[in-house]
Amino acid sequence: MTSILTNLFDGVAYGMLLFVLACGLAVTLGLMNFVNLAHGAFAMAGGYVCMVLVNRMGWPFFAALPLAFVSSAAIGIVLERTLYRHLYARSHLDQVLFTIGLTFMSVAAVDYIQGSSRVFINLPAALQGQFDLFGVGIGRYRLMIIVICGLLTIGLQMVLAKTRFGSRLRAAVDDPRAASGLGINVPQVFAFTFAFGCGLAGLGGALSAEILGLDPYFPLKFMIYFLIVVTVGGSSSITGPFLASLLLGIGDVAGKYYVPKMGPFVIYTMMIVILIWRPNGLFGRTAAR
Amino acid sequence: MFERKQFSRTAAAAAIAGLAAVVPAKAEDSVKVGLILPMTGGQASTGKQIENAIKLYMQQKGDTVAGKKIEIILKDDAAIPDKTKTAAQELIVNDKVNFIAGFGVTPAALAAAPLATQAKIPEVVMAAGTSIITERSPYIVRTSFTLAQSSTIIADWAVKNGIKKVATLTSDYAPGNDALNFFKQNFTAGGGEVVEEVKTPLANPDFAPFLQRMKDAKPDAIFVFVPAGQGGNFMKQYAERGLDKAGIKVIGPGDVTDDDLLNNMGDAVLGTVTAHLYSAAHPSQMNKDFVAAYKKAYGNRPGFMAVSGYDGIHLIYEALKKTGGDTNGDKLIEAMKGQKWESPRGPISIDPETRDIVQNIYIRKVEKVDGELYNVEFATFEAVKDLGKTKK
Repeated sequence: MTSILTNLFDGVAYGMLLFVLACGLAVTLGLMNFVNLAHGAFAMAGGYVCMVLVNRMGWPFFAALPLAFVSSAAIGIVLERTLYRHLYARSHLDQVLFTIGLTFMSVAAVDYIQGSSRVFINLPAALQGQFDLFGVGIGRYRLMIIVICGLLTIGLQMVLAKTRFGSRLRAAVDDPRAASGLGINVPQVFAFTFAFGCGLAGLGGALSAEILGLDPYFPLKFMIYFLIVVTVGGSSSITGPFLASLLLGIGDVAGKYYVPKMGPFVIYTMMIVILIWRPNGLFGRTAAR
Repeated sequence: MFERKQFSRTAAAAAIAGLAAVVPAKAEDSVKVGLILPMTGGQASTGKQIENAIKLYMQQKGDTVAGKKIEIILKDDAAIPDKTKTAAQELIVNDKVNFIAGFGVTPAALAAAPLATQAKIPEVVMAAGTSIITERSPYIVRTSFTLAQSSTIIADWAVKNGIKKVATLTSDYAPGNDALNFFKQNFTAGGGEVVEEVKTPLANPDFAPFLQRMKDAKPDAIFVFVPAGQGGNFMKQYAERGLDKAGIKVIGPGDVTDDDLLNNMGDAVLGTVTAHLYSAAHPSQMNKDFVAAYKKAYGNRPGFMAVSGYDGIHLIYEALKKTGGDTNGDKLIEAMKGQKWESPRGPISIDPETRDIVQNIYIRKVEKVDGELYNVEFATFEAVKDLGKTKK
């Protein structure tokens, strides 16, 4: 019984992590209709920034996390203004080719600068180990992930649904021409959104080093997972990817625990079944696009 | 701009003049070693260590043997067997190398094997660790290790030291399966019981569910083999889940606690017992000098891959000395068989029958020495041959 709850907890933590990593992609893909396969590169950048700050310069872990966000967002905004912007109107194939190229460049660059071996971020003692809650083993680090990611999700949903910026963004997405006619600075809104998505990825990269491992191949290794989250969740909102992440996280952990021989395939099986049932994802728009 | 151009032109002229002076002499008096290593990709640390070690050796011993100048031609195969094959072909046909060497992973070593046979030149395997490799060509010699060597030894050690129930966690690919099978064979023969067996996918993001399964199985120890890079993640999550406090030990072949990465794994790894061929903390004077020289040259400590490369180039030197500079492949292989020498890892030799390495396997425990994590050797199994050959 207790191991079921521990597994559930691990699954939720894993799912939350997937969500923070992938939700930026849901934003660019779903809201801006741009295929950004280089998303994982921003996550990796955040992870490496955090690692350098904590391990080499002695920053406390919690101070380095926001900086992972900021630096990835900054890289995101620079690239958006200089490169991505020109590709918004291009075909999806062009976007895929461009971003996959960017991914390979990022892999080679990090490999050159930091070396190819896996790196770890030194964690404060407070985040290490596990404690017992009514017999259920709760990992401290995973608990922190759940708290941070949970708060972020609530915050994001509030911003999108309740604030002026949220409604501008939704307007810019639905009909960019009408939106700019109404005086909304559409490119600025997109740039900001893009940067924010990159920042989230950076934060996710920093958080995931401990659990998923961080090395220069990160953007390639986890691209599939990001895409699964977005496909299964549908890319029209952030609730879709959120629930999809949780489902996949829990499914993956449970699958590996209960049927270890089949473990790695569970996540793919789930994706196939869901997509047969709902080809546009759990919360996809049926006929909008 | 102008200046730079002029400079490069001068440099080019100088280079050409230099070449012209050297080339005619070289064709007769040089021995070429084609080194095929993963210098990019996930196995790049293996390639870098071996390259570093070879450079170090040649700095220390000079680049001339038996009147011949040794020339190393390095090619990167990124551990992809197709690329290994192309690289080997180019080296053999275009560069006319006298040796091919390196090979970061088993498939790479196997891909080059038929070419070595055809060209009748020695293939010196400096990393890949599956038993079958040396059976694939009569021209293959190995200076690294086989997984059977360390896996059977750790099984024997576990049986003798009161470990009765073991859960295994191994990566699902050839070396992982080799490690698992040889461990199981010796462990169950010695009366031990494998209570849980989990194979993790090679691209495994999260160990949590597997480790929870290990914990629930309540074994005395977990036998682990994962690729070197994942070892750190494994150890961290092992400690996070409190398996260390539950009294479950970690044992395995030494790849998990490779010196290359060990120091970054954190204190979770303390107390891990592994069997392996080399530790940077090996207490011989020769090793101390080797570690000091390597650290001085490259800023980090050598791992077992570096030692395998160091011994590999040594074997090439010794074979050439014995043939008096003759580069006939058959003579070189004959000269390599039965070679015995003192390596930084301890005494080693080349088995004249299998052309595989015979070496001491050490049982080590991770301890803190001067604030750094090291594998400290505390027991030795002497002159271990490869037990995994299919043809006995």
